[in-house]
Amino acid sequence: MNAAAAPVVIPLLAGLLCAVLQPRRLRWAVSVGAGVASVVASVWLVVLSHAHGVVVLRFGGWPAPYGIVFAADLLGALMAAIGSWVALCTLLALLAEPHPRFDPFFHAGWHLMLAGMNGAFLTGDLFNLYVFFEVLLVASYFLLTLGSTRRRAREAFPYVAINLVASTLFLVGVALLYAAVGSVNMADLSQRISSAPPGLVQPAVLLLAVAFGVKAAVFPLYAWLPHAYVLPPAPVAAYFGGMLTKVGVYALYRLFTTLQPVRGPEPGFVAVAVLTMVFGVLGALAQEEVRRILTFHIVSQIGYMVFGLALGTPEAWAAGIFYVLHNIGAKTALLLVSAAVEAAYGTGALRALSGLGHAHPLLGVCFAIPAMSLAGIPPFSGFWAKVFLVQAGLSLGEASGVAASLGVSLLTLLSMLKIFTNAFWGSAPERERIPALHYAAVGGLAVLSVLWGLNGRWLWDLAGLAGQRLADPALYAQAVLGGP
Amino acid sequence: MNVLLALLVGLLFGAGTWLLLGQRILRQVIGLGLMAHGANLLVLLAGGLRGKSAPLLANPGPWADPLPQALILTAIVIGFGITAFLLALGYRMHALEEDEG
Repeated sequence: MNAAAAPVVIPLLAGLLCAVLQPRRLRWAVSVGAGVASVVASVWLVVLSHAHGVVVLRFGGWPAPYGIVFAADLLGALMAAIGSWVALCTLLALLAEPHPRFDPFFHAGWHLMLAGMNGAFLTGDLFNLYVFFEVLLVASYFLLTLGSTRRRAREAFPYVAINLVASTLFLVGVALLYAAVGSVNMADLSQRISSAPPGLVQPAVLLLAVAFGVKAAVFPLYAWLPHAYVLPPAPVAAYFGGMLTKVGVYALYRLFTTLQPVRGPEPGFVAVAVLTMVFGVLGALAQEEVRRILTFHIVSQIGYMVFGLALGTPEAWAAGIFYVLHNIGAKTALLLVSAAVEAAYGTGALRALSGLGHAHPLLGVCFAIPAMSLAGIPPFSGFWAKVFLVQAGLSLGEASGVAASLGVSLLTLLSMLKIFTNAFWGSAPERERIPALHYAAVGGLAVLSVLWGLNGRWLWDLAGLAGQRLADPALYAQAVLGGP
Repeated sequence: MNVLLALLVGLLFGAGTWLLLGQRILRQVIGLGLMAHGANLLVLLAGGLRGKSAPLLANPGPWADPLPQALILTAIVIGFGITAFLLALGYRMHALEEDEG
C-alpha cells in the first residue's frame, strides 16, 4: 500500500471496527492502537515527502488528471501528522475521564473525523476534498449531538445548517471551476487556471474562499463558532477547537497557493486577517467562562494564520505554517486543561473557580506553558511563530498589520492572565482528583510548545521548505501529472 | 436549454434560501435540500449539455460528459445522508425530554 493512503485508511477501518466491537476494553484497545498507528503513518509520510517531494497515489492506477489522486506534499503531510497527534491526545483525555453522556459509538465518530481530516489534507482532487470535508463534518455533527438533550440538539442545528450552506457553496465553486477549466484535479487546475475565462474563475475562487472561510471561522464568518464549541463534552470541544477550523485554514492555503496563488500582500485579504484577530480577542475579553474565552481565542488565532497567507511570499507562508502547527498544539492543550477542570469541578465559570494552582500545581504548569505560548512569550513556540510572522510582515512593509498583531498579542496575554488569576490563584478549593492519564494527554500537547520553543529550528526549516514548495505549483503539478 | 436550467438553478437557490430563513425546522431542512439540488443541477450544467449519447467509443458522438454525472451521484448520496441526519436531529428536538441545563 502507498504511504499516502495510510493516514486515511487506518482511522477509517478503526472507526468501522469500533462501531461493531462489543467488549469495552477491546474497543478502547483498537481505538487507541489505531490512533498511535495514524500518528506513526503520518509522521512517516512527513519523512517521505520531505525526502522525495510530493508522494502521489493514483487510485486504480489511472493516470492524473483522469483518475482520483492523493498528493501528499509537505504541508499536507505536516497537517495530517499534527491532526493525528491531536486526535490521539484528546482520545486519551476521554479515556481518562469517560463522559457519562457518551455511548460506545463515539469511537466511530472520532476516527471517521480523523479519516476525513487526513483525507482533506492529502487529497489532490478538488471534488475529493469536498467529499472528505463532508466526511469530517458529518462525524463532527455526530460528535456534537451525541447523547444530547433537547436544548443542545436545538443549539447544534445552526452549526449544521451553516456548514451545509458553506458546503453547497463549495460545490457550486467546484462546478464553476469545472465549467471554466474542465478539470477538478488540483495539479491540472493549477496549470490551466490562468488561461481559463476569468469571468468564471473569479466567482468560483470567491465562492471557494467564502466556503473555506466559514469552516475556518474567518471574519465576518465566525459567528457560529463560539456558540457551537461550548455545546459538546469538553474533550470533544478540544478536538474540534484544535483541528476543525484548521482544516478550513489548510483549504484556504491550498486555494491561494496551489490553485490561485496570492503574490505579494493583498490589502483586502490582510484586512480580513487583522479584523479576525481583533474581533476574536475582543470577544474573548468579554467572556467569563474558561471554555468560552478559549473558543474566542480560536477565532483570533485564525487571523494570524490567514495573515501569513495574505502576505503572499514563501517566507510568510512558512511563518503561517509554523504558526498553524504551534497553535494546534497550544490551543488543544489549553482546551484539555479546561476539560480536566470541568470534569473535576463540574464548571468552567471563572467566578466559581479559585486556587486550582494550589490544589493542582502540575495543572497550573500545564496551563501556564501553552497560555504563554499562545500570547507569544519566549521561550515558547508561540514567540517564534510571532517573530517569523512579524519579520515577514515588516519585510513587506505591512507595518499596520504587524502593529495590530502585536496589540492583539497583548490582549491575548491579558485574557490568559484573567483565567490564571481567577481560576488558578486564590484560596484553594476542596481538592478533586484529576487522573494521571489526563495529565499525559495535556502534557503530550503542551510539550510541543516547549520543544519547538527551545529547539524550533528543525520545524522552522520544515515549514520553510513547505512554503517554498507551495510557491512553485509547477513542481506539485509535475509530480502529480508527469510519469506513471 | 442552458438558460432554462440556469433559471431553474436560480429558482431552487432562491426558494431554498427563503425556506431556510423561516422559523420551522422542517422548512429549513427542505430549504437546505433544495439548495443542494440547485448545486447538483449547476454541476450538470457546468459539464455542458451538448452531448446526447452515452460516452462509449462504440456510440457515435457527441458524447455526454460523464464526470459531472459521477460528481452529482456522489453529491446526491451525501445530501441524502445529511437530510436523514437533519430529520433525525429535528425529531430529537421534539422527542427528547427537557433535562439538565
